Amino acid sequence: MVTVRSIPNTPSSLTPNDLPWIIEHNQDRCTLCGRCAAVCPVGTLKLAYMRKRMPHLVLSSTERGSAYKTFVGIRQSTEVSKRCIGCGSCSLVCPNEAIHPIHNDIRDRFRFLNNQQGEPAKRGGRRNVPGASLLDRIIFDRISMLTDPALDAGRHEFSCNTLLGRVLPPEEYVRRKLAGEWIPPVREIFPFVIGSMSFGALSPNMWLGLLQGVAYCNEVLGIPVVMATGEGGCPPWVLRSPFLKYIILQIASGYFGWDEIIRAIPEMQCDPAAIEIKYGQGAKPGDGGLLMWFKVSKLIARLRGVPEGVDLPSPPVHQTLYSIEESVMKMIQTMSMAWDFRVPVYPKISGSTSAKSVLNNLVRNPYAAALMIDGIDGGTGAAYNVSMDATGHPIAANVRECYLDLCAQGKQNEIPIFAAGGVGKNGNVTQNGMALIMLGASGVHMGKYIMQSAAGCLGTETNRCNVCNIGLCPKGITSQNPKLYRRLDPDQVAQRVAETFMSIRTEMKKIMAPLGRSQSLPIGMSDALGIDDKDVAERLNIRYVC
Amino acid sequence: MCRLAMKTASEPFSPFSVLQAMEAMQEGYDGSGLGLLLRGLKFADYKYNAADPILSGIAHTEEALTRLDHNMDKAGFTLKYDHEYDVKKAMIEAQDRHKYILRVYKKPAAWSKLSVDQVEHELMLTRLALRADGEAHGNDLTAFSLWPDVVMAKEVGWPLEIGLALGLDSGRITSRICMAQGRQNTNYGINLYACHPFFIQGVATMTNGENTAFIPIKDWLSGRSFPGYIGYQSDSEVFAHILHYVTKQLKLPLETYKHVITPLKNEELAVHPQGDFLRGLRDACRRLIIDGPNAVIGTLPDETSMLVMDAKKMRPATVGGKPGEWAIASEMCGVDAMIPDRDRSKDFQPMREHTVIIPPDRQELQIWSQFDQFPIPQAA
Repeated sequence: MVTVRSIPNTPSSLTPNDLPWIIEHNQDRCTLCGRCAAVCPVGTLKLAYMRKRMPHLVLSSTERGSAYKTFVGIRQSTEVSKRCIGCGSCSLVCPNEAIHPIHNDIRDRFRFLNNQQGEPAKRGGRRNVPGASLLDRIIFDRISMLTDPALDAGRHEFSCNTLLGRVLPPEEYVRRKLAGEWIPPVREIFPFVIGSMSFGALSPNMWLGLLQGVAYCNEVLGIPVVMATGEGGCPPWVLRSPFLKYIILQIASGYFGWDEIIRAIPEMQCDPAAIEIKYGQGAKPGDGGLLMWFKVSKLIARLRGVPEGVDLPSPPVHQTLYSIEESVMKMIQTMSMAWDFRVPVYPKISGSTSAKSVLNNLVRNPYAAALMIDGIDGGTGAAYNVSMDATGHPIAANVRECYLDLCAQGKQNEIPIFAAGGVGKNGNVTQNGMALIMLGASGVHMGKYIMQSAAGCLGTETNRCNVCNIGLCPKGITSQNPKLYRRLDPDQVAQRVAETFMSIRTEMKKIMAPLGRSQSLPIGMSDALGIDDKDVAERLNIRYVC
Repeated sequence: MCRLAMKTASEPFSPFSVLQAMEAMQEGYDGSGLGLLLRGLKFADYKYNAADPILSGIAHTEEALTRLDHNMDKAGFTLKYDHEYDVKKAMIEAQDRHKYILRVYKKPAAWSKLSVDQVEHELMLTRLALRADGEAHGNDLTAFSLWPDVVMAKEVGWPLEIGLALGLDSGRITSRICMAQGRQNTNYGINLYACHPFFIQGVATMTNGENTAFIPIKDWLSGRSFPGYIGYQSDSEVFAHILHYVTKQLKLPLETYKHVITPLKNEELAVHPQGDFLRGLRDACRRLIIDGPNAVIGTLPDETSMLVMDAKKMRPATVGGKPGEWAIASEMCGVDAMIPDRDRSKDFQPMREHTVIIPPDRQELQIWSQFDQFPIPQAA
């Protein structure tokens, strides 16, 4: 046995087998082109010369000794900061399919050591819970057949849109209309909204591609898709463009970008779709935005009105506010006033057991336009693992109890609830969204899904990639580094956005038609939902089916 | 599917003629029940004052009848006429029908100080109290309506046989309006309350088809905190309540009912003379949008009759007649049975945009299109 000091053995020593992803390299196929090492975003790959001893033993001869062979192979770094993230960029560029990462199915030891230098692990927003989500398990089981005819998803006309904005009770609407009084602004939008991802979190090319795609959906396809900016403002040219009407501007606790926005108001050609005031988000409830210095490029600094290359952590709360009452009074009304009460203003909160209290407060304020609840599976932003994994509230029960609470007050048509949190995380975006709608949501926001569907984000629920936060996105979706984001062609993103929404619309019809619904979005049509779990069925007040 | 028949005429006629029209359409229903509503009444045995409320229902036991007497007494009602149906019990499937109630009451003296709206509210509350009393005693009392000039009857069985069993062929009761529906609500559980027509404060509807948007509509109506919006043993009950809500609570003209249950599309509203008002109305009443397939036949307290369809799938319904006499039925043979001597070329089958309105004078049929302006100048 050798002495202890002769082997590398520190508390943080790892072998490739201890890492979440292991690189498999086939030397026989390798051409030594080096592209894999060049493209690896975290620098885990190194081409290395290696020497191999070939024992030379011929029994009939007196010669003894060994021959030595050198070869070029791949070394995988076992440093925590340079671990393989499984993004697969190496196999994407390999001309000979000689290399690819493999997920380490054995519980990796890495997770015990990923807090080097006392800094807990952070990652891009993805909860990493593989398998069917609760939303995936909800089925639509009230099929129209003999008692009423099913509809033809391909031939009938469907009304798939939803409303964003405060809707008056009918009596009050008729009264105000007769009296010529103010009617709160209401937008008719597609119920699948591109959720808040900031200009700063997303690369300029990604953002441009999304906006182009959204404009195409609205102006050519007739699908009134809107997208939310997230905190961090909006490019000045967009603020002064006719595309602003497709954009929900977000204001959050750092107020980043709002100087630009307020200054642009007199020059705006149209009103924004809505204003979202962020009080919380799914990825890190109770925590503020976290844009790291390496993502604060010249452009981002300009938009946010800050120096270049500084960390931009938003505070967890709006410092000017003391309570929900104040918040509703001050912020919602101020924002409403800024656009002369023509733009819906609504708060976004994290999924929480306190969501109902927030909702009930909004109900009593005539200016609150909606409530957006972002569940625990939601978010794309940078967050500490502990926030992402264990803080928040799943969206289904949260939305359901808020909706039933509104029903009890007869106000379910007045304050629309928007839901987010894992919608489409396993690809079933329409099914997930429609399940939430039938539980009572008026619409859903989606972030991860749109990044994957429109831009080919590499993230999966098995902790693949998940480095949106460090500016090294191999696809150029969440990076401010031109070398990376030039990989992403905005035109192609726009095309994928259009394809995605066309497909969602068709799937919506395929869900609505068998239920015999086409005249209005089946919000709260809980009699059409079933799930194979008694406890969940009871909690959500839907049918247990088996 | 069930079959519907409605006749409205200036001269009172026997409900049995409408049941014969139901018989003409017998291939279209399963004969599981009959619901009947008569309006504009004339009794052979009694000179009826059309302002007096009439209670319709069933006392399933003697004890329920005694309780009913007691409760009506306590509420201040005075019994003026107790109509005895010529019941042939052997022809009725159900065994627990102690007495079919058709009683004319005099309103409580204390109500003379109340406004019309208050009286209507009190009448509804009294009916609901009777219903609740029945439900609290094992459903031994069923109260269909308590309203001036309206009689209702509901029973399980083949419609024509029920008519014979109740002696409706005798001509002792005649009316200017008769609505009949030929099926129990077999989409959900069998329950006498679930049988059409549905009635609330003088507003009545009956429907052909199933409303797939039932649950969200029911949830919204239930949240109105209006005591009459209860029941919902049938998905079709919401049609009566929406009609009540639009005409009685929002006080909008009858034409807007169609705009509430089947609003126009954006591009259609953009060119509608009242598009701005209607778009807002559509948003405000979004939870009341129905999703068919339905043909809705309704009658109002002033003896206006109406027929509308859902926006897409529709159920069959034809209207035909002549000045003074009109009939609406699920099938042409039903209209033929009720008014054989009419000009058939003028029969009309409404499409998705139409509301057929037969005004109380019954001189002509109004076919109002949703694309046309309606009379609400202040709002539009």
